[in-house]
Amino acid sequence: MNFKVMPFVMAAVTLLFSANVFAAAPIRIGALFAVTGPAAFLGEPERNTAKMVVDEINRAGGVRGQKLELIVYDTSGDATKAVQLATKLIKDDKVVAIIGPSTTGETMAVIPVVERGHVPLISCSAGSKITDPVKRWVFKTAQNDSLAVGRIYEYLQKTKQTNVSILTVSDGFGASGREQLKSQAARYGITIVSDDTYGPKDTDMTAQLTKMRGSRTQAIICWGTNPGPAVIAKNAQQLGIKTPLFMSHGVSSKKFIELAGDAAEGIRLPSGKVVVADMLPASDKQKKSLMAFVRDYKKHYNAEGDHFGGHAWDAVMLVRNAINNGAFTAAAIRDQLESTRGFAGIGGNFNYSPQDHAGLGKDAFVLVEVKNKDWMIVK
Amino acid sequence: MAKPIRSGSDAMKRDFLLFIGFSVLVMLAPQYFRGGYMMNVLVFVGINTMLAIALNLLLGYAGQISLGHAGFFGLGAYLSGIMTTTFSLNPWLAMPLAAVAVGSLAFLIGFPVLKLKGHYLAMATLGLGIIFFIIFNETYEWTGGPSGLSGIPYLELGGISFNSDVKSYYLIWGFTLAVMLFALNLASSRVGRALRAVHDSEVAAQVLGVNARLLKVQIFALSALLSSIAGSLYAHTMTFISPTSFGFNFSIELLTMVVIGGLGSIYGSFLGAALLTLLPEILRGANDYDIIIYGGLLMVMVMYMPGGLVRGIPALFRKLAGRKGGVDHA
Repeated sequence: MNFKVMPFVMAAVTLLFSANVFAAAPIRIGALFAVTGPAAFLGEPERNTAKMVVDEINRAGGVRGQKLELIVYDTSGDATKAVQLATKLIKDDKVVAIIGPSTTGETMAVIPVVERGHVPLISCSAGSKITDPVKRWVFKTAQNDSLAVGRIYEYLQKTKQTNVSILTVSDGFGASGREQLKSQAARYGITIVSDDTYGPKDTDMTAQLTKMRGSRTQAIICWGTNPGPAVIAKNAQQLGIKTPLFMSHGVSSKKFIELAGDAAEGIRLPSGKVVVADMLPASDKQKKSLMAFVRDYKKHYNAEGDHFGGHAWDAVMLVRNAINNGAFTAAAIRDQLESTRGFAGIGGNFNYSPQDHAGLGKDAFVLVEVKNKDWMIVK
Repeated sequence: MAKPIRSGSDAMKRDFLLFIGFSVLVMLAPQYFRGGYMMNVLVFVGINTMLAIALNLLLGYAGQISLGHAGFFGLGAYLSGIMTTTFSLNPWLAMPLAAVAVGSLAFLIGFPVLKLKGHYLAMATLGLGIIFFIIFNETYEWTGGPSGLSGIPYLELGGISFNSDVKSYYLIWGFTLAVMLFALNLASSRVGRALRAVHDSEVAAQVLGVNARLLKVQIFALSALLSSIAGSLYAHTMTFISPTSFGFNFSIELLTMVVIGGLGSIYGSFLGAALLTLLPEILRGANDYDIIIYGGLLMVMVMYMPGGLVRGIPALFRKLAGRKGGVDHA
């Protein structure tokens, strides 16, 4: 009797083991996004995009035969929570890489945790101090503000509009923009004739604009995220200000055109290429990624994919590519990320190196203009 | 509401044994959570307990509300942070300096503010908290603005750097236990009795020879000073601070901890802080519904445990055990 049972047992054991081999545990990737709270306009598209990309990858059979598992936590934009959740991802969930957080403040808070935990972090926030100076385990996909400022100044220099007024919002985004606007001005021969700020919740900026109207300014640059810039656009229209108005990439979504209505016409701003994906020449290296992102996002969520979601798209794809190149551990993924060259993503063409963990050049931004309630590329 | 006055060495012995028992539990806890993420959460339970005790001294004992305690917490954190980064001061020196500065500031602010009562006091302290928040947010040169202040050093003692969750746990809880012991002693001292007298009737207290006005300001300053120490410890364990951690929401969360735990009970403050810190972790499995469950639970607790957890839990046990009897004051 025993003789007859043995082969079955053997077979069963073998099957059990081989089943284990085939259904290997999925590779875990952590994500921290501010899905709720004041930064939800960043966190929500980021979470949606990250989930979507991981789903698509798994549907196509995963990476090298292994599925990915995305563990998303909501930080609600709070630095303390971000630190706790990053610790949880590293210690309890044992992820091989972390995507996010959404804001610069949270990212700066999480950096000591990942540096200590030896897990690569790909931040989706823009602050240049995240990767300057370079930290061993920290990368980012959002474009530096300095590149956006450079784009505007380059254009102003070319069109000889060198006396500018700046109007920035008093939050992290505006503060960083203001710093860049002031520090880069000299390099492009720009003179800042007036420098004003407004509060994130202000509903009327006529005072600041009236002051600028009286000066010899040739261009007004406003740095903020919705809804402030839309109010400024409307105020400027009401005051009959003819001075060209420039905005930051913080409003490069259809939402801004909706909010500002007619007042948005003629406004120019630097933007990630995602809003003008279909207008790009076929020769653009990013076109394929951009079209895929826009199409997938429309299909999954029936909404326009924006460049915030794009930061998460880039981050997930960077990790995917690293794993595809044979990196399965946190340390190996870090090394692979650092050697990423010529990855054409949503935010731009990424070239990481040991000296550069931001990876983008000035070609990440195009200058766009609002025409007939849509974006047009400024030549 | 307030704690009944105990006398006699038996009660004192019981209090002492309770504290020793609690301290032993706290010191042994890391054995069960070795290395895991839970250690990190328990560090925050410690910081929040210290803050809840500080607020409880003011609210539970003296009966004076503050909706701006996150501001004092933040002020301690920022002062420590700025002194140790910009001026490279030793953290052990920065912490008491910050505490004294915040305490003195609160003492000065306390005189005009604590003249107010009820809703007006709530509004004034609320405003205070918001002003502090705006200062943290707008003085870029000092605080780094909304993107925060980084590179704050860890605390060090005799060559040991408190740079891991387990080490931080012992550091934070060492301080928290000391604050607890101090608060317990204060509560059962002459000052504690005077505070409770002010709580029940300011006029009656003054008739009995208590300088109510000065006492209120003193306890306000002490409460701010303890919050500042908690802030410094927070800054040196996180090594990064940003304004979002010290906003109005956190003031409300502290108030909730004190009320849910039990007004005028030091152990209640611990229970409230532990519950409000751990609950979001436990509820995380419920995904998007966690906020609803969280709010619902708090509502049920306030409705059915008006005396807070510290009185509600024993009452619940007695009910379950089928015994009848009055609610014991813990």
